[in-house]
Amino acid sequence: MATIRIRPRRWVAEQVALSRSRAAPPGSAGQESITTRADIPALIRAYGSFIALVALILYNSIFTRNFLSIGAFNANMTQAATIVIVAVGMTFVIATGGIDLSVGSLMAIAGSLAPLFLLDAYQFGTPVVGLALAIIVPLVATTLCGAFNGVLVTRVGLQPIIATLVLYLGGRGIAQLIVNGELREFRNLGSPLVPALEFLGLGQVFGVRFQIIVMLVVVLVATWVLRATTFGRYVLATGGNPSAARLAGVPVNRVKMAVYCLSGFLAGLAGLIVVAINRSSDPHRVGEYMELDAIAAVAVGGTPLSGGRATILGTLVGALIIQLLRFTLIANNVQDGITRMVIAGAIVIAVLAQRQRAT
Amino acid sequence: MASTVVGPVAMDERGAARDRVVSGIQRQGALIALVLLVLFGVVRYGATFYSPYNIFDAFLNNNTFYALTALGMTFVIISGGIDLSVGSVAVLAAVTAARLSVYGLFPALAGAVLVGLFAGLINGWLIARFALQPFVVTLAMLLAARGAGLTLSNNAPVMVDFAKGFTQLGMMHIGPVPLPVLITAVLYALGMLLLNRTRFGRHVLAIGGNEEAARLAGIPVAKTLVVVYAMSGALAGLAGAFLAALSFSGSPTGAIGWELSAIAAVVVGGTLLTGGIGSVGSTLIGVLLLGLIFVTLNFERGQGTFQLNSFWENFIRGAFLLIVVVFQSRLAKRGNAAN
Amino acid sequence: MSDEAPQSAPLLVMEGIDKAFPGVVALDGAALEIAPGEVHAIIGQNGAGKSTLMKILNGVYRRDAGSVMLDGRAVDFRDPQEAQAAGVSTIYQEINLVPYRSVAENIFMGREPRRWGLLDRARMNGDATTILARLGVQIDVRRPLGTLNIAMQQMVAIARALSTDARIVIMDEPTSSLDDREVEVLFEVIRGLKANGIAVIYISHRLDELYAVCDRVTVMRDGKTIENRPVNGVSKLELVARMLGKEIGEVRRSGATGFRHQGARVAGEVLIEATGLQGEALDGASVAIRAGEIVGLAGLLGSGRTEVARVLFGADAADGDLRVKGKPVRWSSPRDAIKAGLGLCVEDRKADGIIPYMSVRENLTLAALPTLSRRGIVDTTEQRKIVDRFIERLAIKTSGPEQAIRELSGGNQQKVLLGRWLCLNPSVLLLDEPTRGIDVGAKAEIQELIDQLADEGLGVLMISSELEEITEGADRVVVLREGRTVAEFDSGNVSQDVVMHAMAHGDDPNPASTVGG
Repeated sequence: MATIRIRPRRWVAEQVALSRSRAAPPGSAGQESITTRADIPALIRAYGSFIALVALILYNSIFTRNFLSIGAFNANMTQAATIVIVAVGMTFVIATGGIDLSVGSLMAIAGSLAPLFLLDAYQFGTPVVGLALAIIVPLVATTLCGAFNGVLVTRVGLQPIIATLVLYLGGRGIAQLIVNGELREFRNLGSPLVPALEFLGLGQVFGVRFQIIVMLVVVLVATWVLRATTFGRYVLATGGNPSAARLAGVPVNRVKMAVYCLSGFLAGLAGLIVVAINRSSDPHRVGEYMELDAIAAVAVGGTPLSGGRATILGTLVGALIIQLLRFTLIANNVQDGITRMVIAGAIVIAVLAQRQRAT
Repeated sequence: MASTVVGPVAMDERGAARDRVVSGIQRQGALIALVLLVLFGVVRYGATFYSPYNIFDAFLNNNTFYALTALGMTFVIISGGIDLSVGSVAVLAAVTAARLSVYGLFPALAGAVLVGLFAGLINGWLIARFALQPFVVTLAMLLAARGAGLTLSNNAPVMVDFAKGFTQLGMMHIGPVPLPVLITAVLYALGMLLLNRTRFGRHVLAIGGNEEAARLAGIPVAKTLVVVYAMSGALAGLAGAFLAALSFSGSPTGAIGWELSAIAAVVVGGTLLTGGIGSVGSTLIGVLLLGLIFVTLNFERGQGTFQLNSFWENFIRGAFLLIVVVFQSRLAKRGNAAN
Repeated sequence: MSDEAPQSAPLLVMEGIDKAFPGVVALDGAALEIAPGEVHAIIGQNGAGKSTLMKILNGVYRRDAGSVMLDGRAVDFRDPQEAQAAGVSTIYQEINLVPYRSVAENIFMGREPRRWGLLDRARMNGDATTILARLGVQIDVRRPLGTLNIAMQQMVAIARALSTDARIVIMDEPTSSLDDREVEVLFEVIRGLKANGIAVIYISHRLDELYAVCDRVTVMRDGKTIENRPVNGVSKLELVARMLGKEIGEVRRSGATGFRHQGARVAGEVLIEATGLQGEALDGASVAIRAGEIVGLAGLLGSGRTEVARVLFGADAADGDLRVKGKPVRWSSPRDAIKAGLGLCVEDRKADGIIPYMSVRENLTLAALPTLSRRGIVDTTEQRKIVDRFIERLAIKTSGPEQAIRELSGGNQQKVLLGRWLCLNPSVLLLDEPTRGIDVGAKAEIQELIDQLADEGLGVLMISSELEEITEGADRVVVLREGRTVAEFDSGNVSQDVVMHAMAHGDDPNPASTVGG
């Protein structure tokens, strides 16, 4: 009766030793690592996206002319900035186990609303009030839309994909209806403070584009919130195990409401920046495909779509990777279509690398 | 042996029965809405509404794409997954069909379906073999298929070659019924058969109901899932072929949001998004209902009841979806309370 | 104690089975031997390795080492399908079939009969009815499985095993949700299987049942097989001693659990009281918890114990009267109950307890965050202090507070969850199966801890399916049956038989004879 050795004797002995050392006092090496050899998959999971980003930067530094200039930096970061801002909101939503498909449409709503307050210099008394409203009203509107999403998810109990699908469709329609489908050019607006709005997208501070600064602020604040605040902890708990979180006293519904509102707010902000950059607002095009770009950035960055974990920095890296990939391919005259396929491939590679080993 | 035992019906009965009742109401709800809308149209618009032309050409023919993608989506959702790539795959297939139309009807049609099948196989393989989430995988495929479509079409709509007869696919009629409608109807019948009367269908339902139990019971989960996604892709491919035939071109920028319309049709019809329960018939009702809404709106516009520019379309879609899903969820809650 | 040699060639021989998972050895040279048509019990504490051994037998896991011989042939099942095809079927405690699908579909799942490629519904339903009839069951096989109660679902699972021509049927805790009558029916079915030469592996905590239906018993402890002997001739006490690895005399003296407190405690004021709870699964349940006492809540699976705890904690709503220190309250969510000084340790740690990817520290402090933060920002120093304090006090074995909680053993996870509430200095602790799925050592530790907490003045509600815990640990025992409180005992008047009887019959004045001895 031969015994079959399926695992090497040594490995089994290691495990026996490990389990016996469970009796050792806390802090001993017994529980530290799961295997005694280097955990390569874990390393890839943790640092893979950084490595990929560095590789792309190196490649372009060597092979693409003028890559390491302020101009190229601004150009690339500008493209990525709006995606990052939206993707940060998306990261929070995904961290709670949800998804927000409406961000693109919300951007369009913000873009449609802003010009309405700048039609005339004295619409609201003084141009300053007009400018203020042009910024505040769209942000409030998109935040309320986010709240609408939140209500559908928490009160009505719809699944996030269906709930946000409503505004994905309807929001675009609202944006179109507000301006009757017309493209609004900023140079045709009457308020003298229009350039102030355009500063959001075109202005520079010490040579760095304003929206890049906005992006950095958003990223830093978000990272801090996730790490150091109660709310951040609650977001991760809600996504990690909603029923356990509730039983531990986490106000799960309030947390979900908050993240959808946040996502709405950031989408509005991104919308304002986009129309500022373009100096025009096209209700059909603003925010097109943004939900895909944002979700892709989150996925590539290492935040699992199932929720419970989040890395804002990862989202930033993810967005940059995608942007640099695009840039690299375009700089090498690769067709738009192929670029998309490459990015799709990158997403798949990223999630493959991030798979957790089955426990 | 013990004497005959009939188990007392326990608390569990309420749970499962409730779900059946709710699903039943949802399905009936959509059916009722459909019937009401049809009656409304007949009464209000008269003969033009139920003319063969209107029924078959204006209405059904223009909805075959949604019907096909929704059919594939039904199986995917029942299995507990989702397929976000159907629109893009359809577009890729449309471009393929347009390109291949120079060789005639069958090569173009076959090419489109095969392209879709291939895309679906990739989806299914990634999902089943690597246990990746369907949302992400099909999202990536959405991008990839779009990209492939752009590349294949050189970023511009590809005109269909009329000479070799590809457009016959869209124009041929059997009696008053256009060919695409006929094909779609046959596929729906086959789909019903597949789901209800074959092992495969039972397996898809079991996997969606409790994947672990299905695995333990010896069901070939991976193979089944691959087939489910391959089917979804192939049907999207066929939809793309129809699109090319009816619009005379394969445009790489079309079919935006089809996947979401397909999901909406499935959900409206009464299939649970969580999987394990559903039927082809209810999806059909969902597709018809959603399509009929727009026909009705068009007629209203024709009546001059209100001036609706086309920008209302998106808003109405969103509002309608909202009404339907909220209504369904209220029904579900009331079903709970009643039991 | 010599084993009697089995009369015929053994049906199944498992020898030298090793199985390890990252960080834990589940099986260390385990063995099993079963004769054809034998009803063979496997007993052991949680974590002894019973279910791992079974999962190797039925193909869910692959062994690391050792041999498995079925009918004299060496086998190595790579998946459950292979095991099923070879004749090994499993009836899981939670049934593990598909509730939406019909009875017949579940019986034939994966092997649905076909005619000309299409499903042969008529034959499937007919064959299903026939098989169930062999078990003495008559139901409409077209009904969804989920509409049946657990006892019936078990019958369907057994029917499925029969339909696959099983040679060995593994039953994992088959009686945990059955009442007396249903248990008798199950025993009849088992005897029927035996008469047909089918061996049954019977895993159960209820030692009394062994004597009614099993031929032999294998005792497991710490991943090893301790002994394999006939059931006749060994007393329950001996079995318990073997399972724990203690001397019989010691077990007789200090009991089978870590509960040390002798006699009933003197309890203080009533901290929380629920009367006449009505709701899902509840139909007139009442319970009161006083300061400094352990109230044991006993009942069959499905009797409403967990539901009572959840209502007390504000996790579910119910009609009825709920009072804290005499004042009526209305919880809208667990937050309210937590603020009032309650804590709940859930039954299913994995599903409702731990946040798997969070660290020990984060899990430990989750409920205490409002007190640990000022204006929304977490005070990391305070956090550090609390975490260190409780890791030490509860002797949580971890490589550090930052370790991911899912890497900890069940016992240590449970300690973290206990710590989650102790951080807040609660006055009432609701414990739902606090030692489920925990190895022997940690189990005793937790039981001692519960003792200490009650000594310190906490009011403790302890739900447990292990009757030793109830009888040895509780100061007062409340028994639920079908959602209603049917009996209450003081710790002096309670024995396992008495409690079991109440669980099964409530206040039925015509008690059936109890099983075993």
